[in-house]
Amino acid sequence: MKQVSWSGIVLAIILFALAAIVPLVANGYHLSVAVTAIMYVALATSWALFSGPTHYISLASGAFFGVGGYLVATGMSDYDQSFWLMAAIAPVVAAILATLIGLATLRLSGVYFVIFTLGLAEMVRNLVSWIQNNFLGSRGLYVLTDFTEAHIYWMLLAVCVVIYIFGWWLSHSRLGFALRIIGNDEAVAKHVGINTALSKVVLFMTTGFFAALVGAIIAPRYSYIEPNQVFSPELSFLVVIMALIGGTNRLWGPLVGVIPFTIIWEIISSNFSNFSTLFLGLAFLLIVYVIPNGFVGLLEKWGRRLRA
Amino acid sequence: MDILISGLLLGGTYALIAMGLNLQYGVARIMNLANGEMLVLGGLAAFWMFVAAEISPLLTMLIVAPLAFVGNWLIYVFLLKPLVRRAKNQGQLEVDSILATFGMSFILVGIMVMIRSEYFTYSFLANPFEILGSTVAENRLVAFGAAVLIGLALYLWLNHSRPGMAVRAVSVSPDAAKLVGINVERISALAFALGGAVTGVGGTLISTFITLDASVGVIFTMKALIIVIMGGVGEIRGAILAALILGLVETAVATLIDPGLTLASAYLIFLLILLFRPQGLFGRRST
Amino acid sequence: MKRRTFNKAIAKGIATAGLAAFLSTTSWAADTIKIGAVWPKTGPLAGGATVTQGPNIEMWVKQVNARGGLKLKDGQKMIELIEYDDKTNPGEHIKAVQRLATQDKVDFIIAPYGTGFNIAAAPIYAKYGYPQIAVSAISDKIEELTARYPNLFFTLGTTTAFVEGVRDILVDMRDAGTIGNKVAMINVADAFGIELADAARPIFAKAGLEIVYDKSYPLGTPDLSPVMKGAKASNPDAFVAWSYPPDTFGLTEQAVIENLDVKAFYTAVATCFPAYGGKFGSKVNNNLGAGGVNPDTPEMKAYFKAHKELTGKDADFWASANTYVSLQILEQAIEGVGASDKAAVSQYIKDNTFKTIMGDIKFENQFSNRFWTVGQWQDGVFRGVKSVNVDGAASVRAKSGWN
Repeated sequence: MKQVSWSGIVLAIILFALAAIVPLVANGYHLSVAVTAIMYVALATSWALFSGPTHYISLASGAFFGVGGYLVATGMSDYDQSFWLMAAIAPVVAAILATLIGLATLRLSGVYFVIFTLGLAEMVRNLVSWIQNNFLGSRGLYVLTDFTEAHIYWMLLAVCVVIYIFGWWLSHSRLGFALRIIGNDEAVAKHVGINTALSKVVLFMTTGFFAALVGAIIAPRYSYIEPNQVFSPELSFLVVIMALIGGTNRLWGPLVGVIPFTIIWEIISSNFSNFSTLFLGLAFLLIVYVIPNGFVGLLEKWGRRLRA
Repeated sequence: MDILISGLLLGGTYALIAMGLNLQYGVARIMNLANGEMLVLGGLAAFWMFVAAEISPLLTMLIVAPLAFVGNWLIYVFLLKPLVRRAKNQGQLEVDSILATFGMSFILVGIMVMIRSEYFTYSFLANPFEILGSTVAENRLVAFGAAVLIGLALYLWLNHSRPGMAVRAVSVSPDAAKLVGINVERISALAFALGGAVTGVGGTLISTFITLDASVGVIFTMKALIIVIMGGVGEIRGAILAALILGLVETAVATLIDPGLTLASAYLIFLLILLFRPQGLFGRRST
Repeated sequence: MKRRTFNKAIAKGIATAGLAAFLSTTSWAADTIKIGAVWPKTGPLAGGATVTQGPNIEMWVKQVNARGGLKLKDGQKMIELIEYDDKTNPGEHIKAVQRLATQDKVDFIIAPYGTGFNIAAAPIYAKYGYPQIAVSAISDKIEELTARYPNLFFTLGTTTAFVEGVRDILVDMRDAGTIGNKVAMINVADAFGIELADAARPIFAKAGLEIVYDKSYPLGTPDLSPVMKGAKASNPDAFVAWSYPPDTFGLTEQAVIENLDVKAFYTAVATCFPAYGGKFGSKVNNNLGAGGVNPDTPEMKAYFKAHKELTGKDADFWASANTYVSLQILEQAIEGVGASDKAAVSQYIKDNTFKTIMGDIKFENQFSNRFWTVGQWQDGVFRGVKSVNVDGAASVRAKSGWN
C-alpha cells in the first residue's frame, strides 16, 4: 500500500480551494457550466468507486438520481415538506433500493449485469410515473426555493469532497483491496475468503446514495420536475461515458474525463447550435480513436515524459 | 383471443427491433448503441419515399436493405475493426464500442435532424382487418409477417448454410473459429452488416404504425438491448422468444390490469428471467 | 512516430481554437439588436418545437428585418438572432440562457418551449431582468409564479381552463341530447397528462359526467391498441385523451382501426398540427383537440399565408399563432420604449394593450386571460370551438364515424 503523500494532499487542498471560489469569480454562464461539470464529477466519481475496481458497468445512475430529484419534488410539492428533510430522506431511500438491486444482481456478470441495471432503471421510472398517476395525483411538481446556482454549486462541491475522502479511505482499506481482487478474478477472491457479495453490495449502496443526493441537490435548479425527465436513461449513459473517457482505475480519473468533456460539449453547443449533436458525435469518435486509454492514460504518459 | 393476437403482433414488432442487434452483438461483439438510430433511419427513408413519391414502404424496404447492409459493412470495416484489433480483451472492446457507437448515434441523430426534425407520420395500410374475431391493423399484420419471414430466413441460413455455420462458430468462440480457418474479421463484418440491414428493414416497417422522429432511436436501442440479453446473447431463437414474451406480457397487462403498467411489467419480466437464468433464456454460461 | 506527432498537433490545435471560442465574448455591434432563443432542436420535444416554435421565430425575424429592423430612438436596428439547442434537457437550457445573458449579452430572449422549461428558466430571466412572455406553458400555479417572477408573462391559459373547455363542450352536447353521460378518459403518465387528468376528475364529476374508463399509459408505449380496445369496451359516449404528440397520432389511428364510434373524440397536443390532418384526411373530420384558431379573420389569413411563404411550412392551428403573438408583443413593447431597456420593456408589457393577429391583448397580473381551449377539425381546418374571452368560436359538431 502507498504511503500518504503530502504533496498529493496539498494539491488536493489547493484544487478544492480553487474550486470553492469559482462562484465568486465566474459570471453566470461559466458558473452554470461549472454546476453541470461538478454534478457530473460527483456522479461519475461515485459511480467509479464501484465500477472502477469491480469492472461492473452500472446503468442505474439515472434511477438513483431520479429518486433524489423526484422525492424532493413530490415532498415539497404535495406534502409541504422542507427541502432539507427531503434531501436527507432521498439518499437513504436510494441506498435501500441499491441494496436490493445489489443483492438481486449477485449472480449476474458482464453484459448481463449492464443491461439488468438498465432494465431496472426503466422499470423504476415507469413504476414511479404510474404511482404518481394513480395514487398521488398532482398539479405539477414544483421545487421553488431561494437557492442560487452558487448555493447549488457549493453543496455539490461538498458532496464531491465527501466522495473523494471516502474514495481515498476506501482505496486504503480492506474493503477496497477486496474489491480490486474481485475485479481481477472473482473466483480467486472467493477462495481467499473475501465475502464478495457483501463487498459488492456495500459499494453499490454507496453509489446509489451519492447519486440520489446529487439528484436531490440539483432539483431546485430545475424548479419543475417531470418524472420522465429526472429518471432519464440518458444521464446514466453520460455518467458512464464521462467516467470511461477519463479512466476508472484512478480516483481522479472521472474528474479528468468530465472536465474536457464539459468544455468540448460547451464549445460545440455554443458554436454550432444547428449541428451540435452531429459535432458532439464526431468529437466522441475522435476521443475514442485518438486517446485510447482515456485522459488518465494520456496524463500519465505526459507525466512520465516530463519526469524522463 | 384479443390478447393473444395483439400480443403476438407486438412481439413481432419487438423481434424486428432486436434481431439485428442480436447478430451485431452476438457475433461481431459490438454493443451497438446506434442500433435504434439505424432503425429510425429506415423509418425516415420510408416516410420520405412515401411523402415525396408515394412509394410503398414495402418497396422502400427492398432499397433500404442493401443500402443498410453496405453502410453497416463500411462502418464495421472503417470504424469498428480498428477498435477490435486494438482491444486486448473483451472488456476493453466493450468500453470502446460503447463510446464509439454512442458517438455514432449522435452523428446519426444530427444527420436526421437536418433532413427532417418534425415527426415522420403518414398513413399506410391503416385499415382494420378481422382475424379470428379480433380487429387488428393491416400495417401491423404486414410487419408481423415480415418479422416471421426474416426470422425464419435467418434461422435457416444460420443452421443450414456454410457461411451461416461460420457465423455461429464465431458467435460461440472467435478464437476457436480462427483455429479452424474461419476469417473471423470477415464473418464479423458480415454479421454486423446483416444485422444493420435487418434493423433498417425493421424501421421501414415500424414507421407504418409508430410515429417516429429523429431523436426517438434511443428508446428502440434500449428495448433491443433488453430483448437480446433476455433471450441470451447470440441466439436468434432466444431473441425471438423474448420478443414474443414481452409482446404477450405487455398486451395482457394492458388489457387485464392497467395500460399504465405495461412497460413496468415488461421490465419486471426481464428482471425475473435474469434472476433465474443469469445468462438469458438460451444463453451459454461461458461467454 | 509521425502519426503521434500528427495526432498531437491536431489535439493541440483543437484545444487552442476551442479555448479561444469558449472564453470569447462576441463584440458589440451598435447597429443591431441581439435577440436570443433557446429551444429543443433534438430530443423528445423537438418534433413539436420545430412545428410551433422554430418557424415563428424565423418568420418574425425575417419580417422585422425586411422592413428595416426595430425602430428605436437612436435609429432602426436589424435583429441579430442567436439560437441554441437545449436538446430537451433543462440543464442544457439553463446553461444556454446563461450564455445568452452573460456571454452574448443579448438584448432580449424569446421564451422557452414547454411548461417545464419556462419554469426552469424563469429564475435566470428574473435575475437578468429579461421579460419572459411564456407561450407553450400551461399551469395552475400562474399566480404564485408571476408573484415570484415579476417579468414572467403567461399567454396560453391554465390547466383548469383547458379541462373546463372540454367539460363545457361535453355538457353542451349532452344537454342537446347528442351524447350521454359516459366519458372514457385516458392520459399519458407524464407531468402534463397527470396534471390534466387530475384536474379533470373532479371537474367532470361535478358536471354530472361519468368517467367509465380512466387509465394512463406510459410515455413511449409502442402499441396503444389495448388502451383503445379497453376504452371501446367501456361503451362510452365521449372519448378524452390527455395525450402528447406521438400518442395523439397513435391513438387516433387505433380509434380508426377499432372504429370507436363516439360523437365526441378529443386528443390533446398535436391534434392541431397540419400533419395530423395530412395523415388522416377526412377520417378525422369533427375530431376535437387542444387549442384552436379562428382562421377566418383577415389577420389570421395573412399570418398563415406569410408563414408558408417565409418558412416553407404550414403553421399549426393553435400555439403557432400564440407564439407569433408573443413576438409581436415583444416587438411592440421594444419599439414603444424605443430602447433596449429590459425593465422598461417589462413595464411596458404590463401597462399597455397590444394589437396582434389574435386581436387586442392585455395582461392583468402578468396573465393574458384570452386564449383558445378547444378546437375541432371541420372540413380540413382546425377551428377554435371553445375559448376564454376570444371571439369567433365555431359551433361544435358531432362526429359521425371515421370516413
